[in-house]
Amino acid sequence: MSEREVLELLRENARYDTADIARMTDLEESEVEAAIEALEAVGVIRGYQPVVDWDRLEDERVRAEVELNVTLDRETGYDDIAERLARFPQVTALRLVSGDYDFDMEVEGDSIREVSQFISEKVAPVPEITQTVTHYIMTSYKEQGIELGDGEDDDRLSVSP
Amino acid sequence: MTLEPADRVQAVGPSGIRRFFEIAEERDDVISLGVGEPDFSTPWAARDAAIQSLEHGRTSYTANRGMRELREAISTYVADRFALEYGADEEILVTAGASEAVDLAFRAFVDPGEKVAIAQPSYISYEPGVIFAGGEVVPVPTDEADDFRLTVDALEDAGAADAELLVLCYPNNPTGAVMSRADLEPIAEFVRDNDLAVLSDEIYAELTFDDDFDSNHGGSAKHTSIATLPSMRERTIVFNGFSKAHAMTGLRLGYALGPAEAIAAMNRIHQYGMLSAPTTAQYAALEALDSCADDVATMVSQYDRRRRFVLSRFREIGMPCFEAKGAFYVFPEVPDGWMANEFAEELLHEEGVAVVPGDVFGVGGEGHLRVSYATGLEELREALARIERFVAEHA
Repeated sequence: MSEREVLELLRENARYDTADIARMTDLEESEVEAAIEALEAVGVIRGYQPVVDWDRLEDERVRAEVELNVTLDRETGYDDIAERLARFPQVTALRLVSGDYDFDMEVEGDSIREVSQFISEKVAPVPEITQTVTHYIMTSYKEQGIELGDGEDDDRLSVSP
Repeated sequence: MTLEPADRVQAVGPSGIRRFFEIAEERDDVISLGVGEPDFSTPWAARDAAIQSLEHGRTSYTANRGMRELREAISTYVADRFALEYGADEEILVTAGASEAVDLAFRAFVDPGEKVAIAQPSYISYEPGVIFAGGEVVPVPTDEADDFRLTVDALEDAGAADAELLVLCYPNNPTGAVMSRADLEPIAEFVRDNDLAVLSDEIYAELTFDDDFDSNHGGSAKHTSIATLPSMRERTIVFNGFSKAHAMTGLRLGYALGPAEAIAAMNRIHQYGMLSAPTTAQYAALEALDSCADDVATMVSQYDRRRRFVLSRFREIGMPCFEAKGAFYVFPEVPDGWMANEFAEELLHEEGVAVVPGDVFGVGGEGHLRVSYATGLEELREALARIERFVAEHA
């Protein structure tokens, strides 16, 4: 299960270098490198990105969660619609979900106007899409497993028995 | 002078840890690897249970021995995890931290002048506890050559056969050493042959990391308690609590397990001194046993990764360190030419890294440092980089 362990550590912090991962798992560094290469080769690892707390940047960054309802026909399936939507660079995440709507789409832009325009001009006109409900993200508290607050200060005694 | 401290109080000086604490507190750039408590927060479920108990006004004393439901939960937990069979009615005493349980045991079982053998290096409170009870400490050194495990030779050499009690702490604070069943068998034989009783502090029992460790013969954890060995139950008190594995240090909740008459003796002191352990903490502990096993498993897995990392880094730095397999400490050697306290003090001054010199933990600790890895990995990386630089500059 060494690949799984390496994956868990990279999920925790993709900047752990291979030497650190080797130290933590008792693997050889070459084994860690091989595991990462294998995970990348088969497409389990699809990329590495920082977890960003946009609220701390002065530049405005607007993000929205969009619920999409679609209708299917003989020629068009979910995958076809997804393929079309996923190509837009504004779309940062797209998932088919169960429940009241079909797709859960995350969209990013520099302003509310930009995001709104994208949804009304590029997404809503897609023929299979019957409804869009847009939720602008006001504050993000946790992203990809990482809490974005200031964190709790370590108030333990600096030396204790 | 009317408030002249008693001789036995004056016999105990301030803790060797205190000086380092004071130096570390003066600076704001210190990375502390001197901390003997988890950096994780108490699991939410346990915190919620404590809050709920307050909201419902459950703030009265409980039974002296602790809430009945909690003692039952402890009974089930220690049986499942460590194959320790103790009845909730008469064989379990809930205390204000395992520290209270240890203190009660010294006061309950040590007569003035009686000898208490302590396997060292060990937690700093045992020796003062014996002295406060009027006893005499017989230090039994453990050696790095034996991976800091206690041996019968060391017991014999130290004269432990003349003692009334033997104090064990495995997994060990400060070394991180563990004792397997095979290691404990000859110790148990020595104890039986010389008619000793054992106080076994197993507060770090959940934090045992050795994949190859022998089974504990009945429980689901890797830790083996000496009380599970033949004819040891009747002569052993086991201490445990919620501070370490459940990250509940400030809630102060521990317990003692032992034969009914021995627990009754400890309870006799407890009922006058403490009356009962904090009620809020007892509700938190009950919930911790009920529903926080996954939280414990997550913390243990994080500690294990850090342990491997820290061990590996010390070896790269050139500070030999035996394979600590329990608690959340490693116990590396200081480089040649250094005394442990000098090294720790200079390291703190020059690099702002706080560690505890091994000699404060008794015989066998000189020449070593206690390094806690109950700290985030990023801080561990930085602290180890500073230690590496310090060692390189002073080589």
